[in-house]
Parts: sequence; C-alpha cells; structure tokens
Amino acid sequence: MLVLVLAVLWGLWEGYRWLWMTAGWSWPFTVDSTSMPHIHDVLRALFRHPTSGFGDILLVQLLRAALFTAKEAAVGFALGASFGFVLGIALSQSKLLRRGLLPYVVASQTVPILAVAPIVVVYLGSLKVAAWFSVAVISSYLTFFPVTINTLRGLESTDRRALDLMRSYAAGRTMVLWKLRIPAALPYIFSALKVAATASVVGAIIGEAPSSIQDGLGGYIVNFNQYYTLNPENLWATNLIAALLGIAFFLVIVLAETIIVRRAPEHVA
Amino acid sequence: MSVVEITGLGKTFGAGTTALQGIELAIEEREFVSLIGPSGCGKSTLLRIIGDLIAPSAGKVLVNGKTATQARVDRDYGIVFQDPVLYDWRTVARNISLPLELSRWNRRRRAERVGEMLELVELTGFESHYPWQLSGGMQQRVSIARALSFDPALLLMDEPFGALDEMTRERLNLELLRIWEASGSTIVFVTHSIAEAVFLSTRVAVMSPRPGRISNVIPIDLPQPRTAATREEPRFFELVTQVREALHLGSDLDRQLAESTRAERPT
Repeated sequence: MLVLVLAVLWGLWEGYRWLWMTAGWSWPFTVDSTSMPHIHDVLRALFRHPTSGFGDILLVQLLRAALFTAKEAAVGFALGASFGFVLGIALSQSKLLRRGLLPYVVASQTVPILAVAPIVVVYLGSLKVAAWFSVAVISSYLTFFPVTINTLRGLESTDRRALDLMRSYAAGRTMVLWKLRIPAALPYIFSALKVAATASVVGAIIGEAPSSIQDGLGGYIVNFNQYYTLNPENLWATNLIAALLGIAFFLVIVLAETIIVRRAPEHVA
Repeated sequence: MSVVEITGLGKTFGAGTTALQGIELAIEEREFVSLIGPSGCGKSTLLRIIGDLIAPSAGKVLVNGKTATQARVDRDYGIVFQDPVLYDWRTVARNISLPLELSRWNRRRRAERVGEMLELVELTGFESHYPWQLSGGMQQRVSIARALSFDPALLLMDEPFGALDEMTRERLNLELLRIWEASGSTIVFVTHSIAEAVFLSTRVAVMSPRPGRISNVIPIDLPQPRTAATREEPRFFELVTQVREALHLGSDLDRQLAESTRAERPT
C-alpha cells in the first residue's frame, strides 16, 4: 500500500513536470529543473557531498541535524503538552478562569511565531539558557494550544450518566476528575497530541532561525534556501528529512495511543 | 423503620411543568417495588429523586431515616441505569471495583469482593474482558454487580432491561430475583413492562401522568421463590390484568386531563 502510494506520488510529480515542460505551460508557475527537480536527483543529492564540500554526505549531515532538531522538538513537545494538559484541566475546573484566561490562550496563537521566537531567544539567552532549549520553548508555544483546547473539550464532554453514577457514589471533584473525566477525555487529548507532535517539529525548525543555530534542520533550510537556484535538490532533500521527522513524531503518539487508550474498536481513530 | 419513606413529594420543572405531585410511598426492608406507568408519568424522575440525583420541589424522602442527600453521602445507593454505563477503559473487574476504590477499600479486599460479585452474576472468567467485548445482557450484569459490590442499603434500577431483547430480559429477570434473594437488598425498579413488574415485585406502584402521581399500589402475592413457571400460573395473569386495568384507568383520566392541558414531558 505504502509502495503504491509513493509510486503514484512519484508518477504525479514527474508526470506533471514532464507535461508542463514539454507543453511550455507557465500557469500556475513555470516548471523547470529549479522549481521541480527530478525526484531521483533529490534522492541522489542525499548521497553527495553538499556544495560547500565539507564533511559527510548530505544524508548523514541531515540525519545528524534531524536528531538535533528532534531533541528540541521532543523537549518542546513534552513542555508544551504538559503545560497544555495542566492548563486544560485548570480551565475545566473554574468558569472564572475560563472566562478570564481562554481569550488570551486563543490570542497567543494569533501572534506569529516568527515574531515571538527572537524575543524568547534573547530573553532566555540573557538567563544563560542553552540556545537549543530556547528553541524547545518556542516549539512548546505551538504545542500547548491544541492540547489545552482539546483537553478542555474532552473534560467537558463526559457522559451525563457516568457523572450521575459518580454522584451516586458521592465521589468528590478530584475523584471524578481522575477516575472519570480524564480517562474519558483521553481520545480527545490524543488527537490533540497528534497535531501537537507535528507542530512541535515545525516549531523547532522555525525556532532555529532566529537563534542562529546551525546544527538543526532549520539551519540547513536557511542555508540551502540561499543557494536554491544552484542546488534546488538540497532543499528538497532537507524538506524530505524534515517531513520524515514529523511523521516519526506522529507515529510515536499513535503507538502510545494504542497502548494507553482502551476503547471499543469502532471508537479508535 | 422503612428503608424508603416518601411524604408529600412533588417536583416541578423550570417552566412550571408538574412532573410529580403528592407522592406518598413507604418501602420496607427486602421489598422489591416496581414503579410502572406510561412515558411521562415521572417514574424515572421519582427514582432519581429517591437517589438524590435531582432535588424535589416539595415534600421529603427519608432513606433509613436519613435525608436522601445524607444517604447518598453514606453510599446507601446502588444504581443501575437503562444503559450499563460501564467505563470503556476499565476491565470488567475494575468496573465492578470502582465504587470500592472510591470507598478506599484496599486492593486485597477489592479483589475478593470482585470475585464474589462475578460469581453472583455468573461472569466468573470475564474479569479481564473490556465492556465492549461483552453482549448487552452481560454488560448489564456487570452493571448490577458494580451496584451491589459495596452492599448498598437500596438498589435503584431505572429500566435496566429496557434495551434488551425479550429472551435475554426474561433470563435476567430470573437472575435478578436470585441476586435479590442472595444479597438481601431492597430494590426500587422502574419499568414499563407489566409482565416484568408483576413477575419481579412484591408490590407494584402504578403511576399516571400529568401530573405524575401514584394512582394505585398493587401487592403481588405470587409465592417466592418465583421461577419460569410462575409466568404461566393463573394468578400471574390475574395480577397482570389487574395492573393493566389500573394503568388504563390512569390513562383514561389522563386523556381527559390532556384535553385541557397540553404538556409533554420525557421521563
């Protein structure tokens, strides 16, 4: 199945490229080797030494960079997801808090991450915090939001009768939260975690630019961007690795979900 | 002292709909009392007031001489709803032990009790299944086991077999009687099946709607223990007829009332 999908995507890319180039169509954009390099060229670029000529082949360099970015993203995800979860619980417990805080939680996401990133880097840098950790914090900024919103939604959508049952046992607020609301909200929380996992990778890559970190995928993207017209396949190759990293993060959450969430088969997303 | 003592009970919902009016009912220890009536007669509302899930607008409910709220705080109620309301993420054993966890029983006592309960509802061997791996009838038995696990003074059942097919229902009726016998509990049972009410109960309280009230209380003098053969005895049919007539009397009255006031209330 996977092979088939990949083959179709490859066919679409190369077919589109061939058709537009032979026909000379320029809408929506002019197709040439710069805008759409051959896929095999992109793959081949992975096994060449990049133009700058130093060190290992591109694949090894990119994998090392991916590992670096993964560390930032993983820490950012952990920070953001925990904060988002706790914030979601806090908001669910108090209407006052919800009315007072929720608008700002939403507003926080309308601020462009590119504007927030340098502030975080400068501020945490002045506290002598390692640069990669600043990036993790930036990444957590993107991560916490979906988790907060879905945790809140999950905690509030507890089955009415299940709550009645808890009431008949004279269960306290904390018990209802731990034994009923949170477990019942897990499917909601996990679908947020899946969104957050990929967002944390994007956040880490974006965060690397203003913190002038060269060791991560963000550094490579900035670098290859500048030489795009010379070596477009280098940037495409980096994008490929970045995408794979995002997918890997996603799959880790899917795995965790199948282990943790016990639900009737038809409830499993 | 009665297990349940209801005096002058009334319930009016927000917009002024009178769901219950002038309810008087006393239930003695080890009784099995069914509340029967057409949809909208307030039988579920009455059950929920007894269980302190909702508050009455007038009158009072005493359970073992305490207010309903105090009884709830003392964990005197086991409740079984029409849907089993089992927690999907807990195994059968952990669903049954949920109320025990809340009462802070230790692990060993919990395991012991869960074993007894599984035996009582004949589900031994299913302790590590998840609810969604069981049939509807089995799920409802788990729900009953959970409700009885902490030995509540009163078992409240709100159409517990309403969603099951007739054959499963009859089998579970027999099983419920056996459980009632074995556990020595007092049961208040809401149903809209006449045969079920007659077969199970020591008394049937017939309710009529608008406003919801108890129009008749019929003692069921069928001998105990009841068996599948009880359903074929002439006395069973007589009692079924008696309950049916009491219901129709109520709804004739209702029809006359309905012409003057048009109000619809779900149970």
